[in-house]
Amino acid sequence: MSDLLLKIRDLKIEGRSDETWNPIINGIDVDLKRGEVLGMIGESGAGKSTVGLASMGYTRDGVRISNGSVEFDGVDLVTASASTKRALLGKRIAYVAQSAAASFNPAHKLIDQHTEGPVQHGVSSRAESELDGIELYRRLRLPDPEEIGFRYPHQVSGGQLQRAMTAMAMACRPDLIIFDEPTTALDVTTQIEVLASIRDIVEQFDTAAIYITHDLAVVAQMADKIKVLLKGDEVEEADTHTMLSAPQEEYTKSLWAVRSFERPAKPAINTSATPVVSVRNVTAAYGTVDVLHDVSFDIHAGRTVAVVGESGSGKSTAARCITGLLPPRIGHVEFDGQQLPLSYKQRDKSQLRQAQMIYQMADTALNPRKSIGETIGRPVEFYMGLTGREKRKRVEELLAEIELEPTEYFNRLPSELSGGQKQRIGIARALAAEPKFIICDEVTSALDQLVAEGILRLLAKLQDELGLSYMFITHDLATVRSIADEVVVMKEGKVVEQGPKKEMFKPPHHPYTDLLLSSVPEMDPDWLTNLLQERGVDNIGDAAADKM
Amino acid sequence: MAGLAKIILQRLLLGIATLFAVSIIIFVAVNALPGDFAQSILGQGATPESVAAIREQLGLNEGPVTRYLKWLVAAIQGDLGVPMSQALFQSFTGSSTGGDVITVFEQIVPRLKNTLFLAGVSAAISVPLAVTLGILTALYRNTAFDKAMNVTTLSAISSPEFFLAYILILFLAVLNPVFPSLSNIFPGMEFSDRLNKTMLPALTLTLAVTAQMMRMTRAAIINLLASPYIEMARLKGLSPMRVIVKHALPNALAPIITVVALNLAYLVTGVVVVEVVFVYPGIGQLFVDSVKIRDIPVVQACCLIFAAVYILLNLTADILSIISNPRLRHPK
Repeated sequence: MSDLLLKIRDLKIEGRSDETWNPIINGIDVDLKRGEVLGMIGESGAGKSTVGLASMGYTRDGVRISNGSVEFDGVDLVTASASTKRALLGKRIAYVAQSAAASFNPAHKLIDQHTEGPVQHGVSSRAESELDGIELYRRLRLPDPEEIGFRYPHQVSGGQLQRAMTAMAMACRPDLIIFDEPTTALDVTTQIEVLASIRDIVEQFDTAAIYITHDLAVVAQMADKIKVLLKGDEVEEADTHTMLSAPQEEYTKSLWAVRSFERPAKPAINTSATPVVSVRNVTAAYGTVDVLHDVSFDIHAGRTVAVVGESGSGKSTAARCITGLLPPRIGHVEFDGQQLPLSYKQRDKSQLRQAQMIYQMADTALNPRKSIGETIGRPVEFYMGLTGREKRKRVEELLAEIELEPTEYFNRLPSELSGGQKQRIGIARALAAEPKFIICDEVTSALDQLVAEGILRLLAKLQDELGLSYMFITHDLATVRSIADEVVVMKEGKVVEQGPKKEMFKPPHHPYTDLLLSSVPEMDPDWLTNLLQERGVDNIGDAAADKM
Repeated sequence: MAGLAKIILQRLLLGIATLFAVSIIIFVAVNALPGDFAQSILGQGATPESVAAIREQLGLNEGPVTRYLKWLVAAIQGDLGVPMSQALFQSFTGSSTGGDVITVFEQIVPRLKNTLFLAGVSAAISVPLAVTLGILTALYRNTAFDKAMNVTTLSAISSPEFFLAYILILFLAVLNPVFPSLSNIFPGMEFSDRLNKTMLPALTLTLAVTAQMMRMTRAAIINLLASPYIEMARLKGLSPMRVIVKHALPNALAPIITVVALNLAYLVTGVVVVEVVFVYPGIGQLFVDSVKIRDIPVVQACCLIFAAVYILLNLTADILSIISNPRLRHPK
């Protein structure tokens, strides 16, 4: 008996496209001891999730393991029969998925899904496993551990679901858990709670884990050692401290460097100038419920105002009020000192033209059936009245502006572009209207760090060249640090703090701003431990501990 | 739960409104039929005078709006009128008390009961069969079994019903006399006897409706197999059957319910051919006979019943689909 739990040798995986099999993973080795946590990082498309699933002997449709072995405690999962694998999955190897909201079955209560594994694997009875579930919920610091399991997934918040899923993975006390980006979809403040819970419970039960993420700072908190992947190849592997302090490879160093992008500070605002956009005492409601309360802020020419806050804090609703999609119930919006009609329906073309939007999901914001030329050409024709050759010329100018080769991309469809390129098309479409003001709604949060940085640099360049003003909606404070001039912090539909970036990142803060700022993971591997000590463990969303 | 009650009430009102709209369409369409009752009952040699006299007696000379309103008001009160053939007989014999006169209502009810019985037997066979086959074909998708089932059920649905009926008669009544080929059922019959005689038309209908329900079940389940919670269920080491029945099926109910309701409606409203082939005394035959002699009150009443069945079943399907969604059953 060696203490090596998982031994992957020369793993090669292929994916099918158009009837041919193309390599996705080109020979990867993994060694994992009992109780050890391996962090696996890389950009999207690096093959992290594929390797994670393959270490359970599982591949998605259209993907196959073409070579190598995945030995779990002496059993090769590549050659094992389906029933041998089923006996191990869930019982000795468990999985925690990226989106708990999508990975819990909407038709069953949490506890029913929790007890299913132990009961089906014959590990314990339904009643025993139910009691154990409640105990795990308590240890993971879920509120109301006695009761929460008897809710349906849609009745529980995202952060709580993620912890319930970790509890479910623990149900049979597995030897190995694969965590596949478990906190990527969460707000920073929630992320901390989940990270702390996961780390605690993995330590308590001495469970081995593979922790997959694209966030370096997160992996630094969780892992004993880190493996960096790039396009299906291993770049390097080292223990966490070495990897952070002395990365060997150029690629790893470039990943580390992304966080250093920061725009030079601009001179102070000329307060006598009329702001481009001025939100005045706006209160807005969905149905009969007010979701924005007396929100006011200004955006000046050539500046970037970052609006930050957790999901549900009213950031996007404020944007909807500015664009007139949601007419405010009280208050109004001024543009260059002129009051805009409340609803977009009453605004004329020139008023509509001046404020444009770029969306979070470039994927869904582009019509999949329209070529890039058509997508950008539409606002060129609609707002600027250009047709034929002039229109084509203008579209090509715009493509050049977003640093895509015009002749190469003009006839492409969105499906033929990468995520970052799609987001660039979104920017070009907004620019086509020649606006003064652009709302960027979480435009980089779906992108990898390197690609996101490219988008931020492009937006900064365009601002310098064209004098644009940005309202930059984000929950990522690293992005705020790199691009914002002014910051507006929102919580529960109210502005809790606003001011120049320099002041916002300097104490003293509003307590909520402080919580947000301190929740952003740092590259120091001891950051989470120190933070938890500083806050006192009880402080972490801990209704359950108080009750016990 | 208050939200749910409100949705159901809304659907119910919408259903009633639809029924009104349909009643207008029925009235207009039936009145647009070429020829009329007076002409068809008196035959080629009828004099214009006698035709006019009968038309007068049956109130066919009144304006269409008046006739529609009279019919509608009576229908709401449950009075579907008297078949024209009966009304004419009444006026000729001079008896106005009408002790031996059969109203449309009395004529339709036993026929409707027979049809509902046939539909019930067919549904009891075809719905469980289709859903089970749908689950199995989803489980063994792209295997020989899956392909064989799809080809078989598609062939069944693609063949004309009378053809299926004759094939069944050939194999199950003539070559192997298992079931009788004539379904002459009558009131007061033993249930088992009745069931025996209804079997062949019910099997014919089963062949006609199974394919669609099975394929929808299969498609709805397969559609969900790529979702993260199904992957999660697989990664919990559950058996493929359990993954499909416990994790995919409950989330696939809405489309399945809808297509089942559509097919149940077809079992009631689309049975004309099958009833004729097996001489089954259902509402379909009555409908065809009444159209032949332009007996407008009966035709209208049948249409109205068909429409009501259709709307009611779709309404039920809508409500069941809504209830099958846990987000609506258990609001936050």
